[in-house]
Amino acid sequence: MNPGFDVEAVRAQFPILQESIHGRRLAYLDNGATTQKPRAVIDRLTHHWEHDNANIHRAVHLLGARSTEGFERARKVVARFLNAPSEREIVFTRGTTEAINLVAQSFVRPRLEPGDSILLTGMEHHANLVPWQLLAERTGARLKHVPLLDDGSLDLEAVPALLDARTRLFAFAHVSNALGTVNPVHTLVALAKAQGVPVLLDGAQAVAHLPASDLDVRALGVDFYVFSGHKLYGPTGIGALWGKAEHLERMPPWQGGGDMIREVTLERSTYAPPPSRFEAGTPPIAEAVGLAAAIEWFTTAFDRDAGLAHEARLLARLTEALRETPGIRLIGTAADKVAVQSFVMDCAHPHDAATIFDADGVAVRAGHHCAQPVMTRYGVPATLRASFAVYNDDADVDQLLGAVARVRKMFG
Amino acid sequence: MSDLDELYQDLIMDHGRRPRNTGALPEANRHGRGHNPLCGDQLTLALLVEGDVVREARFEGQGCAISTASASLMTQAIKGLPLAEVEALYDRFHLVLTGDGDGDAPELGKLAALSGVRRFPTRVKCATLAWHTLHAALHPEAVSEEATTE
Repeated sequence: MNPGFDVEAVRAQFPILQESIHGRRLAYLDNGATTQKPRAVIDRLTHHWEHDNANIHRAVHLLGARSTEGFERARKVVARFLNAPSEREIVFTRGTTEAINLVAQSFVRPRLEPGDSILLTGMEHHANLVPWQLLAERTGARLKHVPLLDDGSLDLEAVPALLDARTRLFAFAHVSNALGTVNPVHTLVALAKAQGVPVLLDGAQAVAHLPASDLDVRALGVDFYVFSGHKLYGPTGIGALWGKAEHLERMPPWQGGGDMIREVTLERSTYAPPPSRFEAGTPPIAEAVGLAAAIEWFTTAFDRDAGLAHEARLLARLTEALRETPGIRLIGTAADKVAVQSFVMDCAHPHDAATIFDADGVAVRAGHHCAQPVMTRYGVPATLRASFAVYNDDADVDQLLGAVARVRKMFG
Repeated sequence: MSDLDELYQDLIMDHGRRPRNTGALPEANRHGRGHNPLCGDQLTLALLVEGDVVREARFEGQGCAISTASASLMTQAIKGLPLAEVEALYDRFHLVLTGDGDGDAPELGKLAALSGVRRFPTRVKCATLAWHTLHAALHPEAVSEEATTE
């Protein structure tokens, strides 16, 4: 089917794929929400709990040293994954959302004055909308948005007029969660840089679905890159912010607490350099170790380009079949996409359809995908969304199409 | 009957496709707005209450088959009922959906068709949206602006 990629060998590494769902085989197509975890990640987490667990950066004892080593090693793995110049530029966070809030509060807020603006797009996840809305409410800054075209891509012609010397940041999704669109980062970064505007790229939906060359922060030319571990075959509760050292060094602390200080008296403190400055309190240590295991699995367990080509082939099969099915409208048909397809059915509300799908063992997302403005733009209250991972196979596509047929029979 | 067939039984499908008591009610004297933030479903309910009796009930909104059928069946059930009996029905219906009530209780009438929803925990809120909205319409003092299923 796909030379260089053995999907059965990949599937065998995911214990949860053996689960029976209402007596049916599991077709897990909700990877945009979270991916399942391979045995390598589960085992690394267990190993940490069973052999290495201690708090980090403070204990003199052996377990403290092992735990610290695992945590700091994970930082190096993340840096290498993004081709960051230094692991000192990697800040661990709870996930994408916290990373964006950190940049909003520590990088953008001190620079904002009334009349300044922040540029976003009409396809952002709520995680890349609400932090900026909170900031705008408190500072008087204005939010602007790049509009969407009918196919789910950005209206690039509108971008130059939205950027000016008062734009303090351009923050946008590398890949849209609801539409699957891959945004043209180089074009957008060039437009931003022409006005001296820093760029934050939300990589939540990109990291598990793009080749290494597209996740190279030096080549991308952005200022900040953020992502979550759990959409990359890793644990929940861990994510990372990459920021250029020149920015991180000038950014004030965000949260106060242990581990982010140099010296503390009862009245005042001096702060540790980045990245510790932004990691107050005990971090999710095992989760960071698990994230490193996930990245190592994703980058070495199979040929990455062949795996991504496999996802793309499954998407093409699904999209073609849905196009030929009467009463289905595809939402998000941009030329450059990852393996995500949103759609609505004339005969059934997405929640009714998803309940029927579930009875057939098919897990998809039904709802607004934390992107309500996208739903408004395309005039739907909600959609169904199938999103693929490397362990999906043709049987998953068949099972979804069978469930679609069942919904049409029941509701049509 | 499978759980799925029970959930989407004929009465539910009928009221989901062709809901009764929809549209505006200009003479209404009680109004409620409801929202299910999980799915974005919206509902507005208009009631004409005379004395202590619900004379007329109509709803507007968009939603799934379960929430639409629930709103349709609810408006049929409460029309002509004294407010005290509406409240009692509200309580009984909630107990059925949370699994503590008798889904076959005769007082439920056609509403018993919705008792299958309790086997689908992720869909219970679809069935209760109309009833939360009813509560908001009858108790505006207790609900700030909009009833939500959360």
